[in-house]
Amino acid sequence: MAKIITVTSGKGGVGKTTTTAAIGAALARTGDKVVVVDFDVGLRNLDLIMGAERRVVYDFVNVIQGDARLPQALIKDKRLDSLFLLPASQTRDKDALTEEGVDRVIGLLAQHFDWVICDSPAGIERGATLAMRHAEIAIVVTNPEVSSVRDSDRIVGILDAKTLKAERGETVDKRLLLTRYDPVRAARGDMLKTEDVLEILSLPLLGIVPESADVLKASNMGVPVSIHEPNSAPARAYQDAALRLKGENIAMELPRQRGGLFSKLLRRAA
Amino acid sequence: MNAVSQTGPSIRFRGRSFMAMTLVADVPLAAWLADFDVWLQRSPGFFTGRTVVLDLAGTAQSKAEVERWISELATRGVRLVGLEGVRPSLVDAGMPPILRGGRDATLAAAEFAVAPAEARKPVEPVNLLVDRRVRSGQSIVCLEGDVTIIGSVGAGAEIIAGGSIHVYGTLAGRAIAGATFGASAQIFCSKLEAELLAVDGIYRTAEDIDDAFRGKAVRVSTDDETLRLTAL
Repeated sequence: MAKIITVTSGKGGVGKTTTTAAIGAALARTGDKVVVVDFDVGLRNLDLIMGAERRVVYDFVNVIQGDARLPQALIKDKRLDSLFLLPASQTRDKDALTEEGVDRVIGLLAQHFDWVICDSPAGIERGATLAMRHAEIAIVVTNPEVSSVRDSDRIVGILDAKTLKAERGETVDKRLLLTRYDPVRAARGDMLKTEDVLEILSLPLLGIVPESADVLKASNMGVPVSIHEPNSAPARAYQDAALRLKGENIAMELPRQRGGLFSKLLRRAA
Repeated sequence: MNAVSQTGPSIRFRGRSFMAMTLVADVPLAAWLADFDVWLQRSPGFFTGRTVVLDLAGTAQSKAEVERWISELATRGVRLVGLEGVRPSLVDAGMPPILRGGRDATLAAAEFAVAPAEARKPVEPVNLLVDRRVRSGQSIVCLEGDVTIIGSVGAGAEIIAGGSIHVYGTLAGRAIAGATFGASAQIFCSKLEAELLAVDGIYRTAEDIDDAFRGKAVRVSTDDETLRLTAL
């Protein structure tokens, strides 16, 4: 039976889709069978980030409405054999997703995959609540700035109220993923500190992904950042996060300012 | 005395088949009627003068239910000429007779589109002209005929036509032609960047479109169950 993950945030543009693709690819790289599901009906992007936009024929809404069978809509990744994408529809709106339809599709996916990763749309409306409905684990993607933290706090509240687990009186396992963390700005003090974010949201930390040009480069090329340049800082952060999801105990590494050697050599002006 | 052998005005019988529309009932009745009312609101007068058969298969268990179906439809202006899929014991002489041996026939799309009140005019070919750019997420659907776009079709946009599709601009979205009229439909565009091309259900995604046609003016047709692309 699969572990069902929702990648959510409330606020837009914080890195949900990037995270979905990167964590999905990182998990698939370990050999697990992974499907990433785009819930952002009407504003789909996951297919672009995954580099699969040229192969979309059927989508999530087609499957829900019975126009296509699930295997017809699943797109296999070209780089990783065990990674699949269920794309969203661009031409419908979020009302095309029904509770029963989502239940059925997620139920089917859970039978065949080790991980089902749901990429939530921004906001707290229907699309977002449907994306979190089946979650066992929620990755709350947050940028170290006040508006993002407040929206994440709101989404955590919703995770505790509107998921199937909440309805059963259980709690969703919520993890904080801090993205677009800028060590230079953090050092200058014009960004929320990691400790502050952790204190406000009081969630266990899944990882810290540094702000990096590598992320944008990978997105533009349609390659999940965790496998684009596997040794880049954001790629390693996502790989570690994936391993933590698998239950491994990996020490948290705070992204540091570049040029460590020089700053060490010339630390003190005499 | 044998009346039949007498000469005089003869009564003639002929076997003829007529086209009737079958309305398929579903349970629960109330929900079905609610849907039906919504539908009827959009197409008022659709049933005026139409021959309608009601298919009650698996829906009516008692005579009272059959009566209810007939009366509910009658109040909505639907006069039934026959019933299908119902046990003879549930039907009395006052109800429409039970019909058997019906065969499916295609009701021409035009028959649905034309309002029954209108007299038959010469059929004008349908061409939906869209004089603007079609943006991502927009969907232009015209199942009755052709679609012509003066402008580009963005990635993530969708054009669905019963007949052919003409794009005077870049086609970067999805174009699905021949949804009603089949293999005679074609797709024309002045610059091909499409995500998906389909004619009569035969499709090809961007991945499988020959790079030689990218960015070119292209005509897409079907040829023996395959898509054929030709430069214009």
